[in-house]
Amino acid sequence: MSRSSFPSPVSRRSFLAAAGAVSLGAALAACGSGTSSGSSSAAKTVSQSDIDKAMATPTTITFWTWAPNIQDEVALFQKKYPAIKVNVVNAGQGAAQYTKLRTALQAGTGAPDVCQIEYQYIPTFTITDSLVDLRPYGASALQGKFVDWVWGQVSGANGEVWAIPQDTGPMGLLYRKDIFDQHGIQVPTTWDEFATAARKLHAADPNVYLTNMAANEPAGWQGLMWQAGAYPYVMAGKSSIAVNTDDAASQKVAAYWGALAKAGVISTDPDFTDDWYAGFNKGKYATWITAAWGPAFLSGSAAATTGKWRAAPLPQWDPAKPSSGNWGGSTSAVIKGTGHAIAAAMFAQFLNSDPQSAAMLASKQSFFPATKALLADPAFAGQTPAFYGGQKVNQVFADISGTVDPKFDWPPFLDQVVTDWTETVGKSLADRTDSVAALAQWQSRITTYAKGQGFTVQGS
Amino acid sequence: MTTLPAPAAPAGRRSARSRQSAAGPLFVAPFMLLFVLLFLAPLGYAAYLSLFQHKLIGGTSFVGLDNYTKALQDPQFLHGVLRVVLFFLIQVPVMLLLALLFALALDSGLLRLAKVVRLGIFVPYAVPSIVATLMWGYLYGPDFGPFAQFSRHFQLPQPHFLSSSWMLGSLANIVTWEFVGYNMIILYAALRTIPGDLYEAASVDGAGAWRTAWSIKLPALRPALTMCLLFSIIGSFQLFNEPKLLQAIAPSVIDSGYTATLYGYSLAFTGQQVNYAATVSFLLGLVIVIVSYTFLLTANRRRTP
Repeated sequence: MSRSSFPSPVSRRSFLAAAGAVSLGAALAACGSGTSSGSSSAAKTVSQSDIDKAMATPTTITFWTWAPNIQDEVALFQKKYPAIKVNVVNAGQGAAQYTKLRTALQAGTGAPDVCQIEYQYIPTFTITDSLVDLRPYGASALQGKFVDWVWGQVSGANGEVWAIPQDTGPMGLLYRKDIFDQHGIQVPTTWDEFATAARKLHAADPNVYLTNMAANEPAGWQGLMWQAGAYPYVMAGKSSIAVNTDDAASQKVAAYWGALAKAGVISTDPDFTDDWYAGFNKGKYATWITAAWGPAFLSGSAAATTGKWRAAPLPQWDPAKPSSGNWGGSTSAVIKGTGHAIAAAMFAQFLNSDPQSAAMLASKQSFFPATKALLADPAFAGQTPAFYGGQKVNQVFADISGTVDPKFDWPPFLDQVVTDWTETVGKSLADRTDSVAALAQWQSRITTYAKGQGFTVQGS
Repeated sequence: MTTLPAPAAPAGRRSARSRQSAAGPLFVAPFMLLFVLLFLAPLGYAAYLSLFQHKLIGGTSFVGLDNYTKALQDPQFLHGVLRVVLFFLIQVPVMLLLALLFALALDSGLLRLAKVVRLGIFVPYAVPSIVATLMWGYLYGPDFGPFAQFSRHFQLPQPHFLSSSWMLGSLANIVTWEFVGYNMIILYAALRTIPGDLYEAASVDGAGAWRTAWSIKLPALRPALTMCLLFSIIGSFQLFNEPKLLQAIAPSVIDSGYTATLYGYSLAFTGQQVNYAATVSFLLGLVIVIVSYTFLLTANRRRTP
């Protein structure tokens, strides 16, 4: 313990500190190399003979996905194209995978050929010119196979096809029939009825909430904005964006949920946490406003409540014009810089549009389909899971899928937008403060960020 | 023949010395190489990065010290730094006091099952901080966590571990749990090095257990305590794992700028503002160096008289 031994840990630790901090920076460093030129190079169709040749040439492509056991579907592809080997890699789920993908893209090496990307993240990767337009590889021909609004989600401003849809999440309502029956609550068809039921239920049983509006779930919230007819992010060209997260439709949503949260008749617990799962199993929440992947997810997470749940469409703002939004679902995109664009594009298309593969995605992975054929298929829509008392839950959501507005779009910097939501609107719900005022803060934060990133921002 | 060895010996000695002087740098080389590659190069690169700005539209441009002036006026960054200072002021005294008490108790030899106690207190340090935080996150659960269930069962007021007013304390509790054992071991080891004749002299002089602790053990612990404090300063300023993980269960309390390191992480990975993140990291590093150095200076000055 001599005196001279003290400075050494200082310098080493502070170097470590700085080096650690730097390594995050270094990982994303090569920003300067990102191309910022316009992307709309004319789509030149690849000839069938080129495709045949490429598909007969021994090739290995890498596919990043977090879908469980997708090797089964991959095997179908490899059976049809024995020359192509698909290397499936799980690089993490959602944000974790995107961080790795960005790092690889900026490093210029290590990026996959095909990558799972959620709908809402497509603009985040097209703004950096990182996705391959799939039109030259025959993707346009697939348009008719997919649900219209879903195809809208993968289409670019100039008609590009940025990815092939894999699964979707049109939003609906799962509810506890037993709790509803016990308290004489009818399934609400409008948001007004829903609010009345929320007050009634919580007054009758203070331990139960009609629903939980998670204060950390911007994706679900944006789905509700979508349903209400908001167009929060509208790109005009590549560098101009209109931010309307504070428009009339959004304010309607914020005022509604803000009032319920303030009254304390709904809970605002963060979702996908231990307490939240326990809440479902122990009957704290009487409904879950969720997406079409919700039914399968819930039956795996709240086994204690088997047979007590039912599904219904979302309550409506205007019952004459039923509508819904989308929450979740993924696509397969081909990453720019791939040396095997043809094989990669053919794989992305086969995986999601081949009838056998698509059907397997629905049955094995419990993915909610993106194709019209499957949504209409009695083998899918006619299933009667016991968790929902034999109700044809898939049929309910298949019908909802037809009511989703096809014009909703996403911003090219989604990570920032959703973080800002949690710190403004989400926080207002949890703290029971003014959610409409929080909406204005959200808008101003997004605007500041967008301007700082060089965008021209229209709107308030 | 007899004259030969005489000149040869100095020559041999000289060559040995030159071999020695060649060996020195050679031995240091592997370290220096890694040091430059893994520490200095990234540091220099971060400094370089912090002078630029990258925009999604418009690409990268040189902005000089703009990022630094921006950071020094950035309320999120400043609040993050202030919060860890507050954390340090609350958590570290509690932790070191506990560590000191345990170390003295173990050293006193009066404890039964001393080995079991020592191991028990040290074990949390062996638990990775990620696992520890996940575990505490479960215990803190506002509805179905054991504390909440217990207090509900006995109709006691419910604890709000994850509320904004409790959060810093809840974090401090986790960090204290993790690091008391580590600090205790350092202090205990220092106590074991005190020569036994000092104790004998003390007992001859009629000093009791408390007097011995105060006049012999505590002064002897001073260097070890200085080191523990120094590590704690650095650890506090780098608070990251615990808030990052608790963010998932308390998203409206722990925002992206809750601590300074968390802010740097959010800037880099949420906002894609790598250059600004490098600036913030650099400034944080500077704060740590200044605080640690000031602490060492004052600690050393007090010890000299």
